[in-house]
Amino acid sequence: MPSENDGKSPGSELKKQAAAEAKAKALELAKQRALEKKEENENSSHEMSIEERKKKAVAEAKAKAAELKALREKEEAPSTNDSLADDKAKAAAKAKAAAAAKAKAAAAAKAKAAREGAGDPSDPAADEKAKAAAKAKAAAAAKAKAAAAAKAKAAREGAGDSSGPSDEKAKAIAAAKAKAAAAARAKAAAAATKAEEPAEEQKPSPLQPLLDRYVSLIQKALGEDVLEDSYINRLSRDVPTLVAKPDTYFKVAQLLKHHGELRFDYLSELHATDFETHLEVYNHFYSYSHRSPVALKVKINREEAVIDSLAPLWAGADWPEREAFDLLGITFTGHPNLTRIMMPDDWVGHPLRKDYEPYDVEV
Amino acid sequence: MMNHLLSSPPGWIHAAIFFGLGACLLVIVLGFVTYAILAERKVLGFMQLRPGPNRVGGRFGLLQTVADVLKLLIKEDTIPKLADKPLFILAPVLAFAPAFMVLAAIPFSEHLKFSDLSIGLLYYIAISGITTVGILMAGWASNNKYSLLGGMRSAAQMISYEIPLVISVIGVILFSGSLNLTDIVNGQEKVAYIFLSPLGFIVFFISSIAELNRTPFDLPEAESELVAGYHVEYSGFRWAFFMLTEYVYLFAMAALTTVLFLGGWKPIPFLGFIPGIIWFALKFSVIVFFMIWIRGTMPRLRADQLMEFAWKVLLPVALLNIFVSAVVKELFLR
Amino acid sequence: MIRTEEMLLNVGPQHPSTHGVFRIVLKIDGETIIEAQPVIGYLHRGTEKLAENLQYTQIIPYTDRMDYLAAMTNNYVICHAVETMMNLEIPERAEYLRVLVMELGRIASHLVWFGTYLLDIGAMSPFLYAFREREAIIGLLNEISGARLTFNYMRIGGVKWDAPEGWIEKIREFVPYMREQLSGYHDLVSGNEIFLNRVKGVGLYSKEEALDYSLSGANLRCTGISWDLRKDESYSIYDRFSFDVPAFDSGDAWARYQCRMAEIEESLKIVEQAVEQFPENGEIMAKVPKIIKPPKGEAYVRIESPRGEIGCYIASEGKKEPYRLKFRRPSFYNLQILPKLLVGENISNLITILGGIDIVLGEVDG
Repeated sequence: MPSENDGKSPGSELKKQAAAEAKAKALELAKQRALEKKEENENSSHEMSIEERKKKAVAEAKAKAAELKALREKEEAPSTNDSLADDKAKAAAKAKAAAAAKAKAAAAAKAKAAREGAGDPSDPAADEKAKAAAKAKAAAAAKAKAAAAAKAKAAREGAGDSSGPSDEKAKAIAAAKAKAAAAARAKAAAAATKAEEPAEEQKPSPLQPLLDRYVSLIQKALGEDVLEDSYINRLSRDVPTLVAKPDTYFKVAQLLKHHGELRFDYLSELHATDFETHLEVYNHFYSYSHRSPVALKVKINREEAVIDSLAPLWAGADWPEREAFDLLGITFTGHPNLTRIMMPDDWVGHPLRKDYEPYDVEV
Repeated sequence: MMNHLLSSPPGWIHAAIFFGLGACLLVIVLGFVTYAILAERKVLGFMQLRPGPNRVGGRFGLLQTVADVLKLLIKEDTIPKLADKPLFILAPVLAFAPAFMVLAAIPFSEHLKFSDLSIGLLYYIAISGITTVGILMAGWASNNKYSLLGGMRSAAQMISYEIPLVISVIGVILFSGSLNLTDIVNGQEKVAYIFLSPLGFIVFFISSIAELNRTPFDLPEAESELVAGYHVEYSGFRWAFFMLTEYVYLFAMAALTTVLFLGGWKPIPFLGFIPGIIWFALKFSVIVFFMIWIRGTMPRLRADQLMEFAWKVLLPVALLNIFVSAVVKELFLR
Repeated sequence: MIRTEEMLLNVGPQHPSTHGVFRIVLKIDGETIIEAQPVIGYLHRGTEKLAENLQYTQIIPYTDRMDYLAAMTNNYVICHAVETMMNLEIPERAEYLRVLVMELGRIASHLVWFGTYLLDIGAMSPFLYAFREREAIIGLLNEISGARLTFNYMRIGGVKWDAPEGWIEKIREFVPYMREQLSGYHDLVSGNEIFLNRVKGVGLYSKEEALDYSLSGANLRCTGISWDLRKDESYSIYDRFSFDVPAFDSGDAWARYQCRMAEIEESLKIVEQAVEQFPENGEIMAKVPKIIKPPKGEAYVRIESPRGEIGCYIASEGKKEPYRLKFRRPSFYNLQILPKLLVGENISNLITILGGIDIVLGEVDG
């Protein structure tokens, strides 16, 4: 799920706005569902205090929510762990969407049903659930696919359009929230509120000047709009974090390495993460000349994961990028030897993707 | 009896007696190998804080090697499919036979000797060189890259170290005026040649360790680099032959060192009542112990350093030793 | 017709000197390496994927199995990452116990390296001496954690077990004993002419190359960069101890050897001070919720393991399992420079260089 809605950045208006939107959406959804489902209406105490925005995203989310609710109602057993059921439903819908792209669809439904059944063998209700889920899936397949496609498209558009990151974010968040557990509605709302709070009461981080300096240096050298975002990551020892755009990623990295006042000569860590809405490459650099750290991130389209390689800049990025290619399927252009490193060369799929399913005819 | 046999005219009975004696020696040598291996393991164990063999044959593992040999005998004999079969089979024999042949020239005591060659020393050096061929052959025939590298290293090493080895004993030959090993021992009646030619002894000792492929010169079978070198594809008793070769050479080389530099069976002054053969065994054991000790202490040289050492250090020192020996002989032994 | 050919030599995954299941395909001309192509992944167990379905506490035993020679630091890195995210205050006594076990683990790890390195180079005895001392450390760690290799000792917020009766005393006695043995190692090995010939000038790289290839630990310090996260990005309670960061300039295997041997001494200093400062009593666990749920967001922390810089990245959704867990494994990064170092070297040097980098395959492959 997207991490950008945590509202941690004091400097970023977009962030706050996104977080506010997320909260609004969550609350709104909570209320709506509370009306639909009478037995769990204790959440309705939250008032819809923030005005409704982004009709399109909401409509989409609603469609999704309705579909998921149908699923859930069939599954819901008294002893069921809601989040578990929800996770499964989510996985099911998602895997459906991915299956179309993967051309492994033939056996997918069956394999999935089997997997889900096996996923919880100790629970007698699980079998029933799995069956119900499979049935529901068949019914909701078309809907889910359509929704996923729409979402992906929207995301792509959002990524392409530099003026509308908040739009994309809001959509992503709305979709994500819609998928969140019905029972956790109140919790989700609370979490959103909580996420809001520290942003307001935070004192400026001691590394804030550092970040400001980085940003101003980068903007001076490369232009105003090369960075998608920049903030202090309070959870990670206040590391100044820059988010580059895919097309400026390499340029920013180059500047970070070669600029006299930055000189990040050491790549401490490079890895990628599948955030379901997008992939993200995370770099942690360190400058031994100036003794200062920085994190550089870039968000990549999930369907078409291509990004510039940093191996020409830091030789140490070679293997980590191969690892990211191997496990997450990100193609690094300009990499000297982009082959699988952990898995065998003939392996199918990228294991650390969230929708990964082992390709094995026997299973 | 030995001297009588050696000087009497040849005949069939003669041959039979010699064959019997040879067989006896082989058994003795095998007995030595059995316990040399055990001793090596025990001594190394002692140096390395571990007990060594202690199960088969009592507390000291006296039958450990016997058990090992038995196991090797009943082990399946494998020959790699793509190996050069005739050479593969011939190699261990070719490696082992010279090791046993050289023993014929070595006098163990005044009376216990199997031949009295006037060129005993030369014979030893010439015959022992054949083993290199066997090892190279094994390395080549196995059709394994590690073996090949091991074989090549072995050939290079043995040829290089043969030269300082031979040159270092020229001092001894100068002193004794003979290549006959019995004469050489007799020449050390008063003082052992190790004192007259210490430089020669050091060069000889180092070269002999290299000739034996022992640590720190065990490159041909460098376990951590070439896995096991030239004998990586051998198993069962064919492999045991290489092992035997190694230890028979250890026996022979220690015996030769004793003869050349430590005065063979000659006693230390005032201790003449102890029989010569015991003296020989004692001196011999000291040499063997030293070799084991070095194995327990030293890391391994690198191939290029090994060559450099032979040609740039040992050879000049050996040549210097000739000069020094000549001076010593001229000044003190006239 | 005589002609020469290049030969492909496949070293590993089953080879005595690759320290596990590392494989390297060499193109050799005689004994000179023309090209080297490392192949890894034989020990890949998918720790990061597994972790996505495990609660944070359940992940700790998996970290034991990455760098199995210094499992305590691995334990620590994940605990530290979660604690950083949750902003937890760790009780004093727990911090001291952590530092003690980590530093003892560091000594044990360096001892294994020392022994196996000499074994690679062809000397067998130092290996057994090193293991004698390591055995003493393992005994100590066994006493406190109940395990000899995969300790699973630390927990988020503290440690699992308190020090048993007399444990601190035993460490106090161990320190001078270890110092004495260490000087024995120097007598046996550090002055040995053959050893010096084998390591001096071998596997040479410069400061810039070391940084470029993201090397860390002794591999970085051997080029003269005095950098130790314990001092320079101090975590836990390392700022309370006085110790040096040994750095040597020559950038070859000899410098790496000196670095690690000096690090043992520095670790002994830390252990000594920690024993002196050890609080009489106190809690060993912070007040943490039953189910650990770090806040939503992401964090990357790095600490100094015996092999270099070990890092842990957590992307959390506020659930009890991490959304994404990633370890920066020092051996994995350190190994990258190997092909470059090997070109033009002798096969014997392959062993010296590979051993000098000090990899643990469990960590390389994750």
